[in-house]
Amino acid sequence: MRSSRLHPSHEQVLKLLRVLGFYAAVIAIWSLLGRAEVWSPFLFPSPEKVFASLQTNFANGLIIDGLQASLRRLVVGYALSFVLGMSLGLLTATSRFADETVGGVVLGLQSLPSITWLPLAVLWFGLSESAIVFVVLMGSTFSIAISARSGMRGLPPLLARAAGTLGATRWQLYRYVVVPAMVPSMVQGMKQGWSFAWRSLMAGELLFVSVGLGHLLDVGRNLNNINMVFAIMLVIIAVGVAVDRLLFGRAEAWVRERWGFAAG
Amino acid sequence: MALVADTETQAAGLTGRAAGGPSEAEPLLALRGITKRFRTKRQDTLALDDVTLEVRPREFICIVGPSGCGKSTLLNIAAGIDTEYDGEALFEGTPIRGMAQERAVVFQEPALFPWLNVRANVEFGLKLRGVPQEQRRDIVDRHLALVNLSRFDRAYIHELSGGMKQRVQLARGLAVEPHVLLMDEPFAALDAQTRDDLQLELQTVWTRIGTTVLFVTHNVREAVILGDRVVVMSPSPGRIKSIIDINLERPRTPDDHAVADLAAAVRYELQNTGVAPEPRYAI
Repeated sequence: MRSSRLHPSHEQVLKLLRVLGFYAAVIAIWSLLGRAEVWSPFLFPSPEKVFASLQTNFANGLIIDGLQASLRRLVVGYALSFVLGMSLGLLTATSRFADETVGGVVLGLQSLPSITWLPLAVLWFGLSESAIVFVVLMGSTFSIAISARSGMRGLPPLLARAAGTLGATRWQLYRYVVVPAMVPSMVQGMKQGWSFAWRSLMAGELLFVSVGLGHLLDVGRNLNNINMVFAIMLVIIAVGVAVDRLLFGRAEAWVRERWGFAAG
Repeated sequence: MALVADTETQAAGLTGRAAGGPSEAEPLLALRGITKRFRTKRQDTLALDDVTLEVRPREFICIVGPSGCGKSTLLNIAAGIDTEYDGEALFEGTPIRGMAQERAVVFQEPALFPWLNVRANVEFGLKLRGVPQEQRRDIVDRHLALVNLSRFDRAYIHELSGGMKQRVQLARGLAVEPHVLLMDEPFAALDAQTRDDLQLELQTVWTRIGTTVLFVTHNVREAVILGDRVVVMSPSPGRIKSIIDINLERPRTPDDHAVADLAAAVRYELQNTGVAPEPRYAI
């Protein structure tokens, strides 16, 4: 695995060519459809116009500012949800009482689509940063809590025993066994939490917040600028794919290398 | 216990390990009058009934018996995993209060840490104890070589075969230099070929480092191949039926005639029906 990363094999080059070929074909067909004007250019823009809009909006700073604002909310909300989710997860994993009470609430709230927190957030915090961060927080907290709980509960008793017979103190058991054993479950939960957070952030921004990628989509719609709407959607897709591949893709590969099973 | 005399006359060569000395009077591990009950809502099982066993330093003791005879329970008590029982469990003269490095355990299932590679698994106990890194590396290298796994030190656990996993467990247990190594049916889940290999390997390792071993198995031949003494247990309630001395030269293989004879004798002890078998082979 390590060597193949350094020297791409014949097979990997072929795969890259196949993928590039696919996207080239999609853009070519898109371009042909756009030029043929099968649909009105106000509804279905050509790729040239979308890329032009992308360029303009990068140049005038709209996308950069929007990206910054969205990512800041995401990072703050996600970090808070990690702390809160971990605390809830560890609490429900270690205390039976907490599991029977708080654990049920966590499971219930997990099934609630996070954008439904928005009206509540607006009433509590007003039309502010806090409201949108709150929605992001609610989006990912429960996924992280559930995965933290199952990660800790899922520790094979045999491994705890093995560590004990090798002389582990209680604190060493947590530090060297419980926490690392939670990693596969945590990677899954954090990935799911991230995707909920990202979706609810976009929905929230679309609905009311000024500045941000979701807001830019709304601006495009208000201006009847289909090129801009397409361009912003491409940026949103790019952010999602980048985080998925770079962050979680790597974490999953790391887990696979060690544990040897496809996580998820 | 007439068997004991028989086997002594059979001895083709004493290893000299169990030879007397001042330490022989003082057992390393003393389990005295151990009684253990498992209570559930529906039933009350007497897993161990007044069991007494003393293990001398540098001795290889095998406990053999059918499932449910409490042999693993006895090992768990010695390991400090199980601390609720009646009776007295002393290690080096002090009561056993919990798990400790000096009584390392090799489990039946490969109880290895999947997030650590082979080297880090073997290093685990040393790291807990705070052994400096340089020293740790030397100790791990030595123990990996001992179980023929030097080439696999960077491998992850899922990449290993069942036999290799048990060798990693053995190296990990030995690396902390325990005063007694407790082995709970470590080869039970392996195929016959691998099991034979590991029995031979364990004998070599033990001959070289001479640590005290308490080895639990349900395989009679394995007990005879490995043990200086074989403790035969009977189930419901778990009791020690007899203790048979095995004074055969090492390394022993499953095909040795003397091993086969003694295994037949142990098997007779286990079943205790019919007549004691005559030795089939002259020594």
